[in-house]
Amino acid sequence: MNQNSLVSISDISREEILHILDVAAYFERNPNHKLLDGKVVATLFFEPSTRTRLSFETAVNRLAGRVIGFSDAATTSSSKGETLKDTIKMVSNYVDLIIMRHYLEGAARYATEVTDTPIINAGDGAHQHPSQTMLDLYSIRKTQGTLKDQTITLVGDLKYGRTVHSLIMAMKYFNPTFRFVACNELQMPEVYKQFCRDNGIAFSEHTDFSSDVINSSDIIYMTRVQRERFTDIDEYERVKNIYTLNASMLQDAKENMRILHPLPRVNEIAQDVDDDPHAYYFDQARNGLYVRQALICRALGIDILK
Amino acid sequence: MNSGKTSLAVAALRNGTVIDQIPSASLFKAARILDIESATTAVTIGNNLPSKKLGSKGIIKVADTTYAEDTLNRIALIAPAAKVNVIRDYAVVEKRQVRLPDTIVGLVRCANPKCITNNEPMKTRFDVVDRNDVTLRCCYCGQDVKAADAIIE
Repeated sequence: MNQNSLVSISDISREEILHILDVAAYFERNPNHKLLDGKVVATLFFEPSTRTRLSFETAVNRLAGRVIGFSDAATTSSSKGETLKDTIKMVSNYVDLIIMRHYLEGAARYATEVTDTPIINAGDGAHQHPSQTMLDLYSIRKTQGTLKDQTITLVGDLKYGRTVHSLIMAMKYFNPTFRFVACNELQMPEVYKQFCRDNGIAFSEHTDFSSDVINSSDIIYMTRVQRERFTDIDEYERVKNIYTLNASMLQDAKENMRILHPLPRVNEIAQDVDDDPHAYYFDQARNGLYVRQALICRALGIDILK
Repeated sequence: MNSGKTSLAVAALRNGTVIDQIPSASLFKAARILDIESATTAVTIGNNLPSKKLGSKGIIKVADTTYAEDTLNRIALIAPAAKVNVIRDYAVVEKRQVRLPDTIVGLVRCANPKCITNNEPMKTRFDVVDRNDVTLRCCYCGQDVKAADAIIE
């Protein structure tokens, strides 16, 4: 097990979160460095993910490292029945860092236990995706100037959405106020509400995506409502448009308010929002590059700010 | 004569280990944790015996055998009030309560079918996150399970 591995956002402290964001800000100003000269990084994507893989690979390339890997488990030995353990042990012999995405929950934690090579979890099923959380934090801090005392409205699929769950956990250090906006079928699970209570985080629950909620938010974090999540298709048809954001709803929003979305979006944000000054989701995706550069450096024990 | 027969519901043990105060519903789970099936010495199992504390209890007596503390403590998962008596020459030489460990390795199966532990040849690992309500959390996928619902491997 390598201590620099990153499996879950809860593995890193408040100070470390802030430091990673500072390093990411540095990379935003100076994206190209030869910090990984001579290093080889594996991107093992047992489950396809275009955005995450490309931004990690771009991050390695901008730091002058080299990348090996695969983007689909169907082309690897795991399709022949090789265990994850064997794949990780084998790849560990070749590289300095493994960035992995897997469809099974807990796969990254297990991978850290079978190798001394550092591992970055790029998503394990519905479980954890810490680089996404870090880029969400980066986007909040960059647009609001601070992570402290923000009113954050989470909208859409709050039941299964791992990004909103991890965001709640990471924000516990920064005194947020949360609003949970979801239909009855996709409410925030009790375990996360209890987490809020245990950590003194204020929250309220809403089924209406009302103008009051919108106009008092600093951040609106939209998520995709997926048809396959519903046991009752009539319910899906009823709610699918209730949680759609369009430009006319933003008229009285706070000037500093920004709209985030982990992407891909389908129809929960109307196209007319893209040109609204509150829209931030494409910039948010770009921030993912700088944050991933910072996380790669952390995993390899490189601190450019020292 | 009659009263003598009824009072000895479970035979006395000369040497060995007695696990008492097991809830009746958990008796066979406890037997599995101790791997009683592979025992080669005399084993006496009683169930649905009257108990002041539990109402109805189970008991397991294994002759000429002692168990590691770690093994016995795993029984706490399904029988938190279980008592262990070590017997020598018909006398109790050691008496203690089982204690739930902080981490339970390789005993409980994770209920999440998408958990890595259900898809790789590996041992499960759970942290005990609530001792009162005996709740375990999978160290890999993070899913919680109550001991009462836990599937023993």
